[in-house]
Amino acid sequence: MSARVVVDGVRFAYPDGRKALRGASLVVEAGERLAVLGPNGAGKTTLALHINGIYEPQAGSVTIGDTPVTPETLVEVRRRVGLVFQDSNDQLFMSSVYEDVAFGPANLGVTGDQLEARVAKALAGVGASELSARPPHHLSGGEKRRAALATVLSMEPDVLVIDEPSSGLDPAGRRDIIATLLPLKMTQLIITHDLALALELCPRSVIMNEGVVVADGPTRDLLADDTLLSENRLELPYGLVLKRGNGSRS
Amino acid sequence: MHAPDGFLNAGTAVATGAVSLGTVGLALRQVRERLKDKAVPLAGITAAFVFAAQMFNFPVAAGTTGHLLGAALAAILLGPSVGVVVVTIVVVVQSLVFADGGLTALGYNILNMAIVPAYGGYAVFRLFRRVLPKTGGGVIGATFLAAWASVVMSSMAFSVEWLFGATAPVSFDAVFAAMVGVHVLIGAGEAIISATAVGAVLASRADLVSGAADLNRRQLGDRRRVRTRTFAIAALMVSLVFAAIVSQFAIDDPDGLERVAEDTGFAESGSEHALADSIFADYATSGVGNEPLSLAIAGAVGTLVTLAVASGIFIGVRERRSRDPATV
Amino acid sequence: MAAEPKIVAAFLTVVAIALTPREAIWAFGVYAVLLVALVRIARIPYGFVMTRLVAVAPFVVFALFIPFVAGGERTEVIGVSVSIEGLWGAWNIYAKALLGASVSILLTATTEVSDVVRGLGVLRVPAVLTSIALFMVRYLELIADELGRMRVAMSARGYDPRWLSQVRPIANSAGALFVRSYERGERVHAAMLSRGFSGTMPALRHPTATATNWYAVILVTGAFWVIAVGAMVVA
Repeated sequence: MSARVVVDGVRFAYPDGRKALRGASLVVEAGERLAVLGPNGAGKTTLALHINGIYEPQAGSVTIGDTPVTPETLVEVRRRVGLVFQDSNDQLFMSSVYEDVAFGPANLGVTGDQLEARVAKALAGVGASELSARPPHHLSGGEKRRAALATVLSMEPDVLVIDEPSSGLDPAGRRDIIATLLPLKMTQLIITHDLALALELCPRSVIMNEGVVVADGPTRDLLADDTLLSENRLELPYGLVLKRGNGSRS
Repeated sequence: MHAPDGFLNAGTAVATGAVSLGTVGLALRQVRERLKDKAVPLAGITAAFVFAAQMFNFPVAAGTTGHLLGAALAAILLGPSVGVVVVTIVVVVQSLVFADGGLTALGYNILNMAIVPAYGGYAVFRLFRRVLPKTGGGVIGATFLAAWASVVMSSMAFSVEWLFGATAPVSFDAVFAAMVGVHVLIGAGEAIISATAVGAVLASRADLVSGAADLNRRQLGDRRRVRTRTFAIAALMVSLVFAAIVSQFAIDDPDGLERVAEDTGFAESGSEHALADSIFADYATSGVGNEPLSLAIAGAVGTLVTLAVASGIFIGVRERRSRDPATV
Repeated sequence: MAAEPKIVAAFLTVVAIALTPREAIWAFGVYAVLLVALVRIARIPYGFVMTRLVAVAPFVVFALFIPFVAGGERTEVIGVSVSIEGLWGAWNIYAKALLGASVSILLTATTEVSDVVRGLGVLRVPAVLTSIALFMVRYLELIADELGRMRVAMSARGYDPRWLSQVRPIANSAGALFVRSYERGERVHAAMLSRGFSGTMPALRHPTATATNWYAVILVTGAFWVIAVGAMVVA
């Protein structure tokens, strides 16, 4: 199952006064994969934390499918939206991978054999079944990333928001993550600095800067626009040339 | 100072165990109310921080090193109840998992290394917050003194416990003089590190210093070192109290150990003392004896430490009630 | 094997040791033999036990001073005057501290830390405490590593403090580390909320102790108590 995500004119400032979002708007269609690009400090992570209601917009709204994100609907929203954090260590807080992956569904009321099945399925989906009994602080970066993804997938979300899936990974780890994300069918918002990954996975992208969305369109077109990229402190990786037909995979 | 099994007798172990259990239970309730659903991750991670900080040694002099106690620091940063719970968990895990401190010694180890220095240190902190200027510098100064006092109080508590539950006939006076004397020196390290650390936290996230919650931004920004004179007066106050206690020894006897030697001579000259009766039985030098004096000192010290700890608990509870929940 | 029986056994055994009258030297000898046997059965390397026993060292050293400092009747040992009660007192601490620590080490060597904490939970320690302890254990290495790396980075810039007055940089970084740790705590909390956390940790299934586990506990603890009571009766 997948849901449509609508972010409409969200404004948000931190307690210390810093304005992180100044009217950000975007739409992700059900089942679509959207890349969120932009320089550091653009508000990408802040936006991600609005989508599952960790932060409440000071103006504007966020809607998941038919459900507006409000304090009353948080339980429902968090069942439907899975958020993978930048730092996997923040997400793997239990004493074993199994417990971390079980944490989410257990909170939703899943127990017993059903719970075990969910955990097994999620771990298999990210190719981390053998990590089940391991304590998270003994995993490598790539293993942590996949385990963190499993902790969210076990909740069977309709929307997946991932913050920097490939950062800190070696090329093989990066390939693993991309291969893991490809077959997933739910709506995906992928925040990334990895433009090649965005190109490979996401037919459409938005560019954020200073708290607003400044560009929205097919990934290929955005990345082919040198001016647009440099205005937003972005740059294609060395050697990547956009030829005709060099589009995304899905 | 993680005492092993058998260090103090069974009665003391049980009594201190009961006190610790009750106090930590009280503190735990406050932790839940203060931190609500954030209690587990925040307390857990700061417990990890305290544990890690205790593991690392800091230089004292010419290559010798010391370790941080951290209870006063935890109380000033997190509030006294959270501080007590955090340090208690550290002590328990150290005992269970690292054999650092006996399992049967948990009662007095928790009392000495968590409850007394956290609550007692916090009480001293609040005392000096009143006296020192209401600025960031004042908070740092109060932390310095509170941390120092916490270490000394911890050693005092240990000494008083020795009075009741010693398993060897080393006099209270000797233990007190040695323990407290050494810890007055060790306290310097705790003081400098705690004060500097609090200063660093104030600089980047002042909202994380619970003990400075009453200051506004301008006051927080005032990091001028507390005027030397004020500081000296404050430090003098503390020293006077401690000196008054320690000086009792000087009046009667210049050296605790020397006194033991005298007793030895006394004992060899034929007098018999039933050690089973009193730990002080062998300290009567000239008949009148130091017994009443030593007991008076023990009483004074015990009262002082208990007062400090009780104040800390009381202040902690009162703060929680008056604090606006939205600011937690 | 589940942790609760082992924790109960460890605790009761240490109590037995602590209550044993010090004059019953034979009893402590038997304890030592029993413990060595348990170490062999659990296949724990002796080195592991010895290195952990170092933690008790400072107090053993303190115990060594007692005979010289203590009061009471005195005697002579190789020409040096020592207190008899003091000797007993020192022996008391020495024996109980080492044996007690060995029991702890046995527990540690045969049980994962997080299982120990969970075992405490089964033994009715409040869930808040055990949850906090589990988090502490989880993040301890991470934070200790950060602290270690800070120290290394500082030494790489020539910082080699030997005196207390030079301790400010470490303390400053400790303060900064506290802030980072706290902020991580806030992020972890956000991650927990994101996965449906509402204030109480969900109950996850864990291996429960079997009857055999408890029989083993009764056996081992019983052995120690029989000796302890025997020593008390004889004394």
